Amino acid sequence: MPVFRRLLPLLLLGLGAIFALLPFYWMVLTSIRPPAEIFNISLWPVPQDFHAAENYAKAASAVPMARLMLNGAIVCLGILVVQVATAVPAAFALAKLRFPGQRLFLTLVIAALCVPMQALALPLYVGLASARLLNTYFALMAPFFLSVFAIFLFRQSFRSYPDEIIEAARLDGFSWMEICWGLVLRGSLPALAAFSVFSIVAHWNDLYWPLIVVTDIAYAPPPLGVLFFADAESGADYGALMAGAAMITAPMVLCFLFARRQFIAGITMTGVK
Amino acid sequence: MEPQSLELTGVGKGFGAEDVLRSIDLAIRPGEFLSLVGMSGCGKSTLLRIIAGLETPDRGRFTIGGQDVTALDPADRNLAMVFQSYALYPHMTVRQNIATPLRMRQLSQVARLPVLGRLVPGRAAAMARIGVQVAEAAETLQIGHLLDRKPAELSGGQRQRVALARALVRDPAAFLMDEPLSNLDAKLRAHMRSELAALHRRLGATFVYVTHDQIEAMTMSDRIALMQAGQIEQLGTPTELYERPATLTVARFIGTPAINLLPAEVDSAGRVRVLGLETGLSAPRGATGAATLGVRPEDLRPGRGGIRARVLHTEHHGADRYVSVLPEGLADRPLTLRLAAGASLPADADGRLHLAFVAERAHLFGADGVRLDCHVDARVSA
Repeated sequence: MPVFRRLLPLLLLGLGAIFALLPFYWMVLTSIRPPAEIFNISLWPVPQDFHAAENYAKAASAVPMARLMLNGAIVCLGILVVQVATAVPAAFALAKLRFPGQRLFLTLVIAALCVPMQALALPLYVGLASARLLNTYFALMAPFFLSVFAIFLFRQSFRSYPDEIIEAARLDGFSWMEICWGLVLRGSLPALAAFSVFSIVAHWNDLYWPLIVVTDIAYAPPPLGVLFFADAESGADYGALMAGAAMITAPMVLCFLFARRQFIAGITMTGVK
Repeated sequence: MEPQSLELTGVGKGFGAEDVLRSIDLAIRPGEFLSLVGMSGCGKSTLLRIIAGLETPDRGRFTIGGQDVTALDPADRNLAMVFQSYALYPHMTVRQNIATPLRMRQLSQVARLPVLGRLVPGRAAAMARIGVQVAEAAETLQIGHLLDRKPAELSGGQRQRVALARALVRDPAAFLMDEPLSNLDAKLRAHMRSELAALHRRLGATFVYVTHDQIEAMTMSDRIALMQAGQIEQLGTPTELYERPATLTVARFIGTPAINLLPAEVDSAGRVRVLGLETGLSAPRGATGAATLGVRPEDLRPGRGGIRARVLHTEHHGADRYVSVLPEGLADRPLTLRLAAGASLPADADGRLHLAFVAERAHLFGADGVRLDCHVDARVSA
């Protein structure tokens, strides 16, 4: 019985993991199969006819894959840099300073967490269109520059920073910006890693907003590019499509594996999710 | 730097509707070791934070060496503070921690930037000077061998020394200490007390020391300011506070074991009685009615006649022993006698004895808790 009690959680977690990983496995499997085997129900990892080279070559040549990756990197990095630059001072002020209206601001931040992106899409689109900014990197990035989620996450993390160290720094002559970036953020690197993973994955994978503001493949981030590809090639070539999907997913998987330890420390420390 | 005087005039501070500090007037002399003591919530930490510039007072003025600094930023007051948690910068080595106050004052903001700063002319020379000063401070506190460690790798006592070195290195106008020993174990605390006192003697600097521990205040201070409810109850030398407590609060707070308090009455002629017995003390004119008589444990002794009591238990403390007795007519309020280890205790088989005390060393407090100066009649009794 004790053996069973110890194994049961593992069993449940294992089932969950299979459930979560199956689509990825299927994607990779399809990407190395020839068209004839696509609808084969078998999950056996080795196809009868190994077709990986053809599928990946086709995916890479049908769309400018390098360009899509570059677009994705520019957009994700641009968003992340501005998000951190704006959210860290705001979170510091909410966590460690005393000023009138502080609770109101915090309430507004939490309220803003509840507003879905879709609700704002139309006014944002109209605004960008009338400013003639559609089909630019700016249009892809601008709506995400201010992240209330980042403010909230950093505030939770900053709150645990010892006040006495901040006071010692004030006596030593640190400026507030030096305290904020050099001491407090430095003490919250796991939160920064966790937020970076959240942000990069969300915007790398985002299809909704690019679909609205970008029609030119020169500015398309990877998911939109793959969508162009699917349209252009009549969508029937699932092997090549999945090869494309596997290629654009790979950087995110690497990114997560790289930051995994920090990421887990970050989300457990800040009590988010 | 020459030791500086610190002077607070009419300083008040409230948080919300509550006044944490009423109106504090306190002149701290140059080179003095002054302790602010009191229960938690008495306002002593707030007062220290106002001196440091971490809090702004609602009213009043604060001067350092005669110069008004009430509106000055903490960094511009040239005060060093040692915190209860030591507040070392966790990502820096001990060497960098000690160097930080110097780096902040001697290098420009640009020269302090991580990589770019190295390009600023004169930076290398300044860093070399700072290195020498850091080494000297580390030498003084015997932490030279720890300079390359991070704070997390140090014991509590070692962190304490690093915090002191960081304060020392900037050669401040005064040292502020906020319960710096309360996170140490008892033995180390006693050791650091004597080291702090020695450091004060050697530097000759002004020290303002906040503590809730009256032993720390008594052993190290030149003067003690005992605070209660946002006010200074009494300001004086440790001896003055012990031998002439101005109020009941001071009498209760200072001294271990605590002072014995007996309910007393003053009759219309001014004679002071305790448990119906004459004490031989006369209260000043006009003070009649209920009062409290305080007797230090060492001034209470076995005698013939006087208060009848029963021995509860005895604590041995080496040279001294503390005898706890329960006087008749004072249920649940035991008194403590402090006797030399060899002194006899003339109690009968049931542990009964009579108590006497030295009348001129007793303290009388009126119903409002303020000291009443008595004079002793020739006849000593009770």
